[in-house]
Amino acid sequence: MSASEMPSAPSSQDAAPPRPTWQVVLVRPETMTFLLLIAGVFAGSQLSPFFLDVAYILRSFTLYSEFAIVALVLTMVIIAGEIDLSPAANMALSACIFAWMQQAGVPIPLAIGIGLLSGLAMGALNAIFVIGLQLPSIIVTIGTLTLYRGLAQVIAGDKSIRVPEWFIGIDKVMIGGIPLPVVAFILLAIVLGFVLSGTIFGRQIYQIGTNEVAARHAGIRTARIKTGLFLGIGLVAAIAGIVTASRLGSVRYDLGLGGELQMVLMAMLGGTYIFGGRGTILGTFLAAWLLVIVSTGMIVANVLPAVQLVVLGVLLIVSIVATNFIYSRTQR
Amino acid sequence: MTDPTNKAEPLLSARGISKSFAGVEVLRDVDLDLMPGEIHALLGENGAGKSTFAKIVAGVHRPTRGTLRLNAETVDIPSPLAAQRLGITLIHQEPISFPDLSVAENLVLGRGSGSPLSRVPWAEIIGDARRLIDLLGVRIDVTRPMRGLSIADQQMVEIARALASDSRLIIMDEPTAPLTPKEVETLFGIARRLRDEGRTIIFISHRLEEVRALCDRVTIFRDGSKIATEDIGNLTDADIIRLMIGRPLKEYMHRGKSHIGEVALKVEALSLPGYFENISFEVRKGEIVGLGGLVGAGRTDVARALFGVAPAASGIVWVNGKVVHITDPSQAIREGLAFVPEDRAVAGIFRTLSVEQNITAAVPRQIAPSGIIRRTIEKAMAHDSVRRLRIRLASLRQPIGELSGGNQQKAILARWLLTDPSVLILDEPTRGIDIGVKAEFYDMIGELAAAGRAILLISSELPELLALCDRVLVMSEGHLTADIPRADATQERIMSAAVPQFREAAA
Ligand SMILES: Nc1ncnc2c1ncn2[C@@H]1O[C@H](COP(=O)(O)OP(=O)(O)OP(=O)(O)O)[C@@H](O)[C@H]1O
Ligand SMILES: [Mg+2]
Repeated sequence: MSASEMPSAPSSQDAAPPRPTWQVVLVRPETMTFLLLIAGVFAGSQLSPFFLDVAYILRSFTLYSEFAIVALVLTMVIIAGEIDLSPAANMALSACIFAWMQQAGVPIPLAIGIGLLSGLAMGALNAIFVIGLQLPSIIVTIGTLTLYRGLAQVIAGDKSIRVPEWFIGIDKVMIGGIPLPVVAFILLAIVLGFVLSGTIFGRQIYQIGTNEVAARHAGIRTARIKTGLFLGIGLVAAIAGIVTASRLGSVRYDLGLGGELQMVLMAMLGGTYIFGGRGTILGTFLAAWLLVIVSTGMIVANVLPAVQLVVLGVLLIVSIVATNFIYSRTQR
Repeated sequence: MTDPTNKAEPLLSARGISKSFAGVEVLRDVDLDLMPGEIHALLGENGAGKSTFAKIVAGVHRPTRGTLRLNAETVDIPSPLAAQRLGITLIHQEPISFPDLSVAENLVLGRGSGSPLSRVPWAEIIGDARRLIDLLGVRIDVTRPMRGLSIADQQMVEIARALASDSRLIIMDEPTAPLTPKEVETLFGIARRLRDEGRTIIFISHRLEEVRALCDRVTIFRDGSKIATEDIGNLTDADIIRLMIGRPLKEYMHRGKSHIGEVALKVEALSLPGYFENISFEVRKGEIVGLGGLVGAGRTDVARALFGVAPAASGIVWVNGKVVHITDPSQAIREGLAFVPEDRAVAGIFRTLSVEQNITAAVPRQIAPSGIIRRTIEKAMAHDSVRRLRIRLASLRQPIGELSGGNQQKAILARWLLTDPSVLILDEPTRGIDIGVKAEFYDMIGELAAAGRAILLISSELPELLALCDRVLVMSEGHLTADIPRADATQERIMSAAVPQFREAAA
């Protein structure tokens, strides 16, 4: 363009230096997650020598790995300014459909395929309500959470459906000494971390979450991106459901019950801002480990289950307050 | 409050006020005395520190150094509420109302009368609100929610709120930017009356003629320092500009007639019931077509329809000779359209994201040919824009919300210039831009047109339309009422076509 001959800025105008790097790092919410994680490992190691045993921690992590995997995608949904509370119910329904199918004689690969497709369909249903009908995602997904869990119960009844012996034990499959679900979690975190920070798709997720009207004006296809996210989390939840089926060896309608809170907790503890626009995969990644350490630590220390819940609740509230505080400080 | 014996005592005196954000000093040792019963203008380029000073006085920011004295008493103003209690009100540059509350509720916010449990006196609130709005001579239904009001009306509500607060110091940060000349006159009338009651007004504006018409004294800021405080009568426009930008202003010269080519944008019988009816016009390559009219005439709605934000119900649009049915901005961009919206805060910026990202938001293909962002390309593009538009910032990585209002506007302009559009629709693009940059911006629009782009310029500033446009279209109450070629365009002709009662005569 020909306007390039404009006079360049007088030197006084571009003088101001950027913020020092250490400040930038310090105000990042993941830093807090990381520090808490270190504190958690330290406290745990005082409780029990197990905590310095990597294999023990990895084994504990497999119990949470399915939720952690979904939490990674949920982080992206929240950054885009939406929320999905239905993935744990989706896990249960997909797993029930899968288990029921294979029990009815459908070959396992096909049953898995159908399970995954149903997960995708559940994501699509959420997307229709949220994007097509413009309803608030928190309300929609509370509704579909109940719906999916209810359907799971209709399909499975009160009994558990067994899966074949050879299908059981995905968490015992080791790759380089690391359980397969944990490997999957780490790989997915790397991939999504890159997608979110290094690609246009990720960039636009932040932009939508920051200001959806402006995003539309800038030509960003907000509906398409959000639909993609809901489909993505639906599919990943279904995968997580089937992984859970393999780990547990049987499927009941209450598989993953209450998991949505764990997922939200992981995202929030990692510094994802509940109103959208801010957050990182790294934060959720660290927070997942933190949550495992804290939960396992409490079990090792024989903390009553009720008290464990209280601790998690406090943790959630602290994380919300802390991220809000950090962000408002940077805003001033 | 306004005891005549201490007439010579300043109402507010600021001494050595400095402010740093994250180690960057944006205000430096500002001394300023504000007298009771004066209207005091603050002038300066975008980012000179006017808003920051205003916010310090109004308790939004705390100074890093320096003291404020109110009626000879040192005061600490830790919050806007504290400022309110001291009788200081700020009308923000970006209206920050509660969009879901009604106009009336917005007007009484922060008044806090009665106990928390006492009944809300709705009838009284609505009555009060009506009176205040009537005082301003505008027609706004006070029971409507703020969301959906035009920016001008939102601004008027902000002003009404300040009036309602009965303050002795009222700070208006670019209050006139979105207003029509008539509303500006009303506002000035009110401001003068307040002054005559002995109140003090700080008035921030980039329009010198307004400052001359209204203010008693001016203070000029440059790069965070106060350069001068003078009676307005002692300074010529040239003096003021020299003090503001430290060099004489390049005079804007209308370019010679550029080559006007084929039709780039043609609109026929475009209608959206309730907003605009039967709009037909064309814009040729190389042509700058102005779209004038009063605020609320439907100009923005036409632009939004063309760009697919809120598509029209009927009508045909051609872009570069091809019929298009644009229902989404992404499609409009593909067809070569660009649209700089008037409401920067809502439709323009991503407040918490970096300046860099904000500038490149509409050109994903260019910064990421394969979907993966190429930082070096992005940085170079953003850097180039910053240099060309002289955007003042600390770093490309800085959140855009930290830039001054005018610099945010420039960043949004930069975003659309990067798309290299064939049809550029500008909705009040120079709102809040300082005089120095405005002249350069006019040059730029001229050059864009000379390079064969078609430009549709929506502006409420008549001098801007007259200086830039080859043709001026005028809208009034949703109808196109005039198409005036450059040679015949005068302020009078535009205004007479813009004022509603002339419509029947013209149609
Ligand atoms: N919250 C903030 N964080 C960091 N820098 C800021 C913040 N607010 C303002 N600044 C910087 O302070 C400087 C002065 O800004 P200010 O808003 O006072 O300018 P202004 O004179 O009002 O300009 P305009 O005419 O464009 O409104 C700018 O360089 C701006 O980037
Ligand atoms: Mg300002």
